Amino acid sequence: MNFKKQFHEGLLTKNPVLVQLLGMCSVLAITTSLFNGIGMGLSVTIILICSNVLISALRKVIPSQIRIAAYIVIIAGFVTIVDLMLQAFVPALSESLGVFIPLIVVNCIILGRAEAFASKNGVLASAVDGLCQGIGYTVALCLMCIIRELLGAGTFGGGILNGGEGIRIISEGIPAMHMVMPVGGFLTLGFVIAGSQWLMKRMEQKKKEKEAAEV
Amino acid sequence: MSAYVQSLLGILLSAILTENFILVKFYGICPFMGVSKKTDTAIGMGMAVTFVMAIASAATWAVNNYILVPLNLQYMQTVAFILVIASIVQVVEMFLKKAIPSLYQALGIYLPLITTNCAVLGAALVNVQKDYDFLQSVVFGTCGGLGFTLAIVLFASVRERADKSSCPESFKGFPIALISAGLLALSFMGFSGLKIF
Repeated sequence: MNFKKQFHEGLLTKNPVLVQLLGMCSVLAITTSLFNGIGMGLSVTIILICSNVLISALRKVIPSQIRIAAYIVIIAGFVTIVDLMLQAFVPALSESLGVFIPLIVVNCIILGRAEAFASKNGVLASAVDGLCQGIGYTVALCLMCIIRELLGAGTFGGGILNGGEGIRIISEGIPAMHMVMPVGGFLTLGFVIAGSQWLMKRMEQKKKEKEAAEV
Repeated sequence: MSAYVQSLLGILLSAILTENFILVKFYGICPFMGVSKKTDTAIGMGMAVTFVMAIASAATWAVNNYILVPLNLQYMQTVAFILVIASIVQVVEMFLKKAIPSLYQALGIYLPLITTNCAVLGAALVNVQKDYDFLQSVVFGTCGGLGFTLAIVLFASVRERADKSSCPESFKGFPIALISAGLLALSFMGFSGLKIF
């Protein structure tokens, strides 16, 4: 298995959020501060790696007729572990993410990777795949968080930097509150996906031009 | 008693309008974006979700209050609820296939998708969080489903038109759909001050 290729796929060409369009609920709902984004991203990454590893290890044991149910139980188990850990050690994060932590169970990214990758590949490759897809998800989440927080609250790094208040970049009164409300989630994601599509098309075109020049 | 009825009406109103499952709470975005290309399929999906959510809210309430709480197993909620929901979807599918074939034909293809719909699990978890009793849970689940149907049908009809009009190359398809959803969410924000009594 090629680690570099998997990483490139997870981060860019097959980014779970920007290209595969999976797991939209959490992306739209919790991206209001960088603290939320990083917390959610890390939680999903950990669950993704663990469930990928276990499912891959059990892939020859689980009968294919009941595999989806088995996957869901495995994922739900890991989600419960992470949920309880967060409640115990990072209660602020657990409160701010609320019901979206248990809802990771039905996040399509995890079930999608289990079905598309872990059920067909070895343990190590599946772990790497979980890590790469998780990083791709986290990066997309953080991008959304930074944009929404900057435009909606005028700060950067809310919840982490400057004693939890974040660094103020735009003075109070100017930012549009709507960007941290549901409307902003839809609009920001729309623009971010459009931007990534534009960027990818450009990259492809440049690659083609380069190849043509070489010939 | 009238205070109780008022609370039910409050749940009804908030689940459909002010705290719409999709446009305000973001539960169930995947089917919302996935099955909203045509109005007919959107109605079918909405009905199927409402149906399952009503039954699932009742069943998860019973499982929580008669099994998990007495045994002090609340930490198993996520696992238990997802299993209950998955089996309900399966049973509903088999029942409809046998008993009401016409309804099965209308809803059949959407049913398997509902297991992994955040709206159903979300409703079950919110019911527990807010400490709703049986009737309140069922009303919340049903009205959440109706709110889902309202949003998805409105969105499908917007999308049918948006697909026909021209837009910048990079915005084609998904991004423009998200931006139309954003505008729809903006209009739903108008309901946010609404209160009964």
